[in-house]
Amino acid sequence: MADATLNTPARSITEARGTKPKRALSGRNIMIYGTLIVFSLYYLLPLWVMVMTSLKGMPEIRMGNIFAPPVEITFEPWVKAWSQACTGLNCDGLSRGFWNSVQILIPSVILSIVVASVNGYALTFWKFKGSDIFFTILIFGAFIPYQVMLYPIVILLREMGLYGSLWGLVLVHTIFGMPILTLLFRNYFSTIPEELFKAARVDGAGFWAIYAKILMPMSLPIFVVAIILQVTGIWNDFLFGVVYTRPDLYPMTVQLNNIVNSVQGVKEYNVNMAATLLTGLVPLFIYFVSGKLFVRGIAAGAVKG
Amino acid sequence: MALRRPNPLFRNLAAKAAAVPMILATLVVFLGGTIWTVVHSFTNSRLLPRFNWVGFDQYDRLWESTRWIVSIQNLMIYGSLSLVFSVGIGLLLAILMDQKIRYEDTFRTIMLYPFALSFIVTGLVWQWILNPDFGIQSIVRGLGWESFTFNPLHDPQLVLYGLLIAGLWQGTGFVMCLMLAGLRGIDEDIWKASRVDGIPAWKTYLLIVLPMMRPVFITTLVIVAAGIIKLYDLVVAQTSGGPGNASQVPAMYVYDYMFQAQNLGQGFAASTMMLLSVLIVLIPWAYLEFGGRKHG
Repeated sequence: MADATLNTPARSITEARGTKPKRALSGRNIMIYGTLIVFSLYYLLPLWVMVMTSLKGMPEIRMGNIFAPPVEITFEPWVKAWSQACTGLNCDGLSRGFWNSVQILIPSVILSIVVASVNGYALTFWKFKGSDIFFTILIFGAFIPYQVMLYPIVILLREMGLYGSLWGLVLVHTIFGMPILTLLFRNYFSTIPEELFKAARVDGAGFWAIYAKILMPMSLPIFVVAIILQVTGIWNDFLFGVVYTRPDLYPMTVQLNNIVNSVQGVKEYNVNMAATLLTGLVPLFIYFVSGKLFVRGIAAGAVKG
Repeated sequence: MALRRPNPLFRNLAAKAAAVPMILATLVVFLGGTIWTVVHSFTNSRLLPRFNWVGFDQYDRLWESTRWIVSIQNLMIYGSLSLVFSVGIGLLLAILMDQKIRYEDTFRTIMLYPFALSFIVTGLVWQWILNPDFGIQSIVRGLGWESFTFNPLHDPQLVLYGLLIAGLWQGTGFVMCLMLAGLRGIDEDIWKASRVDGIPAWKTYLLIVLPMMRPVFITTLVIVAAGIIKLYDLVVAQTSGGPGNASQVPAMYVYDYMFQAQNLGQGFAASTMMLLSVLIVLIPWAYLEFGGRKHG
């Protein structure tokens, strides 16, 4: 499949080649660094604005400049966003959405990775008749717009009695995580020498024993990549959350949107920005902690778009 | 590999059992769900799906709907601008990053962090920055330029550009990473050879390196295009489709007809059109990518 082009970033993107430049100031360098810095400002600006707005009181926002740092720092917007912001009649803040998201996230990440890694393993070392056909459909499934499958899944979940529940959403995340994660694991496992697998077979190890005792311990990095990919992807999901859960179980992104875009009441921009930042904290944390592994994850996860 | 069991159906039984989730997902959800939706787009289902064949009625109604036409136009305008700018900016940044610069890691971290954030967060932040009363417009006015107007989110003519600023903010770092990987994948010897021949760097890029990166460009275009067709969250968060219907997109039309207006047939027809547009992007790519050989 698209492995060749999608996987090259993994190795090469993180390392620069050749010697370090010698002269610091030349016309060429000023142009290069100048352009990079201008673009960096564009990328950093929203983060700056979010943080600054969330630390100001409303009177200061009404008078001042959104780019200016707060004259008087207040953490009240954060407190309010977390525990008092209203969606409809509920005024218990974003904390509910946060815990809903956590409850959705943990089982979804575990289940999707277990299913996909075993799947990738079966597709690499235990090919059976038709396995490649299923895999091809699966990869093409990654490109089908979700809108096409939204309603049939509603019916399926309703038949299973899971529609509106957290477990229904977990199942949906597991299904839609499958194409990209299976591809990820299959590509990784196919770099493991087959002799190793054959030797284990000769020694009498079966399907699950080889997976648990040989493959898993060898493949920890790819599991970490998969976790990064899934945590950010599932945390950031909006569409599935809004379609497959009830309002009291809405994940954080859905609740955030409802808080900020609600038409009732006076707009409290500082609370809105604190709420937005709170919602972004989990993926940002993952991003800054994981560093280069994140790059590797998105490069492999590119198909997901 | 050594096979001990005689009956081929029970060969590798554990592996087959392990593949059951994949088989179910592909057959029931990806294939079954898609076919189900396409078939039901030819019915007059309203609140509940019913099998009452009406031929192309839903499609006729769809293409007579102003809102749908606006959605498609928006998607084409936003999509083409987004493709051009994200590839253009992504490539420019990647080339700059490839000049053996210092602080490369820092720059990459800055450019890529928006990609970790959701479209909801992206849309809400930019809604705030573009807010006419507090954001960029009010600041420039505060500096003394009283007549300065920059209010894209409340101007039907400009709203797509407001979305574009946010969309590019979120996604260009990612395109840069793909492009940089492509640049780094080019053999060092090519650069050495062109230096020996005295060819200027820009010419080497334009005439040698970029043509060699064709597969990277194609992959990037397909990924970006597939993402654009699904565009939904960003619009919901930043503009809610407004002002009026000025920033409607097809995914929004589908959602509203399926889950709000209780007109399932319209929703199915609209989503089938979305599928069709993905296939228009995907089939030529699959053809190019896999050429003569079989998939997989």
